[in-house]
Amino acid sequence: MKTVTANRLTDGRVIYRTATGEWTTELAEAARLDTDQADAVLELASGESHIAVGAYLIELARDLPGGQKWRREGIRLTGPTTGSTHAHATA
Amino acid sequence: MYKYDSYDHAMVADRIAEFRDQVTRRLDGRLTEDQFKPLRLMNGVYLQLHAYMLRVAIPYGTLNSTQMRTLARIARDYDKGYGHFTTRQNLQYNWPALVDIPDILDRLAAVEMHAIQTSGNCIRNVTADPFAGAAADELEDGRPWAEIIRQWSSFHPEFTFLPRKFKIAVNGATADRAGIRVHDIGLQIVRNEAGQTGFEVWVGGGQGRTPRLGHLIKPFLAPEDLLSYLTACLRVYNQHGRRDNLYKARIKILVEALGPEEYGRQVDDEWRVIRAGELKLPDAEIARIRRFFDLPKQVEPTPIPVTENRAFARWLDRNRRDHAVDGLSSLVISLKPIGGTPGDITDRQMTAVADLAERYGFDEIRATPDQNLILPHVRNGDLEAVWSGLVDAGLATANAGLATDIVACPGLDYCNLANARSIPIAQAISTLLEAEGLSEKAGDVTIKIDGCINACGHHHVAHIGVLGVDKRGEEFYQVTLGGAFGTDAAIGSIIGKGLAGEDVPAAIARLLHTYLEIRADEERFIDTLRRVGSDAFKEAIYADA
Repeated sequence: MKTVTANRLTDGRVIYRTATGEWTTELAEAARLDTDQADAVLELASGESHIAVGAYLIELARDLPGGQKWRREGIRLTGPTTGSTHAHATA
Repeated sequence: MYKYDSYDHAMVADRIAEFRDQVTRRLDGRLTEDQFKPLRLMNGVYLQLHAYMLRVAIPYGTLNSTQMRTLARIARDYDKGYGHFTTRQNLQYNWPALVDIPDILDRLAAVEMHAIQTSGNCIRNVTADPFAGAAADELEDGRPWAEIIRQWSSFHPEFTFLPRKFKIAVNGATADRAGIRVHDIGLQIVRNEAGQTGFEVWVGGGQGRTPRLGHLIKPFLAPEDLLSYLTACLRVYNQHGRRDNLYKARIKILVEALGPEEYGRQVDDEWRVIRAGELKLPDAEIARIRRFFDLPKQVEPTPIPVTENRAFARWLDRNRRDHAVDGLSSLVISLKPIGGTPGDITDRQMTAVADLAERYGFDEIRATPDQNLILPHVRNGDLEAVWSGLVDAGLATANAGLATDIVACPGLDYCNLANARSIPIAQAISTLLEAEGLSEKAGDVTIKIDGCINACGHHHVAHIGVLGVDKRGEEFYQVTLGGAFGTDAAIGSIIGKGLAGEDVPAAIARLLHTYLEIRADEERFIDTLRRVGSDAFKEAIYADA
């Protein structure tokens, strides 16, 4: 399965495209796309650059980022793995 | 330090107004992303993995307490309460919203800061020895020259669209702490046989995909000729640089292709035409700029305190540096807490540093290429008070120059270009070396880590370099040995196959244990390595791999 991700224009946050054509920050709400659907949905998403910047497809495995880019997309999903400063600053 | 004049203020204000309009047009759809991207990059705005990143220029790494407090407030009001100091003596915010960036730039402009030319194929923020104007081994303060170059290169119409980015460094001390041989142009202040000061001009150094050490093309350049000669260097590059190939577009590739002698000959041909023209620097203008960079007034020649407080004594031993003025010291504020993120600093810590600089440090702070901060001028009688303030702020780690003083790029935790994480590797190495007591025992060792071959973390010029690579979705790390950043600049060599990330800290610990076993007397790590060769360490690195 695949889904479409991008960065939100206003603040750059990671977003995913839903089955109804909305954009969400929650991967759980993102559309699950078969390979034959994926390119068409990406084309639609790419036309929404007033909302989403740099749309592209990612692979999913058991509803989480999969494929060779699983780590990169996992970090985009859950944030930096570096701990300390971020945690300290926002505590 | 340099103070903006009315022209500087107007120039920055005009640029912010222009960018505010560009952001508005992007948000309402009048500009596409393809149109907007080069415009935002010219203002230091990148789009990274999680958010926009704003890179703020700190000219030659010098800032005052008011500027540091403003950086802290921006971190608090528009980011997540922290900032990240880079190897180019700049500061990056990792989380600003695009809609807020014009307001952030307004705040920066109010304290004479900006983000202009921190990205793009232009002349970037000029870097300098972070101890400039304070170092005991200094021939001349390089900052006035860096400021002159900054003014010349800002919005330079001829050099705004170079084949690739262009980095200039200035060093005025005996020891090279600016990395002049790994810059596109490095300027080393020297004195000739007649006793006049001028510049050695080194060209064609750089790191990244094709690391190269620069070549000396002008052994002595008179100060008044600085801008005409730089212009000639840039013109030859601008005309012949490889715009057809991103990976061959830096000046190092051109200098290598032509040969340094031929490149220098072409520069001289151009220079002869323009040398006597309007770019000749008037003595009065050089003197005017120099007056912005006066040393602190004479102070009482108070000695370094003798203390029985072991923590204070250890910090003095590692983080204090001799000053050109008797009675003063320079202090390194390590941004490398054990297990922390190299270069990160919270808003509260920034405010604490600003307060200490204002009260005890002649209102000056420096950012270093090692991702630390410096208070360049502190009275010896105030050293304990400063240390105490740093302890309270969590900034008194006594590891400047040690193996736990690790440089690391943001890596895959933040950066869109990265292939692998670098910060967690730095954190794990730091934690293990400290736990095994190796940081203290091994003494002066540089460890630098990159998450991709662009080498923002300077792994090529580390005694021990670590480069993250991606192999079919898995992170691996190549170890390089023998690099050096300064006077003895060298590019490290890859020692062998990549290691899994979890194996890197132990491999480096074994390497340092080996060094401690085979070193002669008090020999530094890099000297032992040069004496015995890297093969002596290879077995240690791969012992458990």
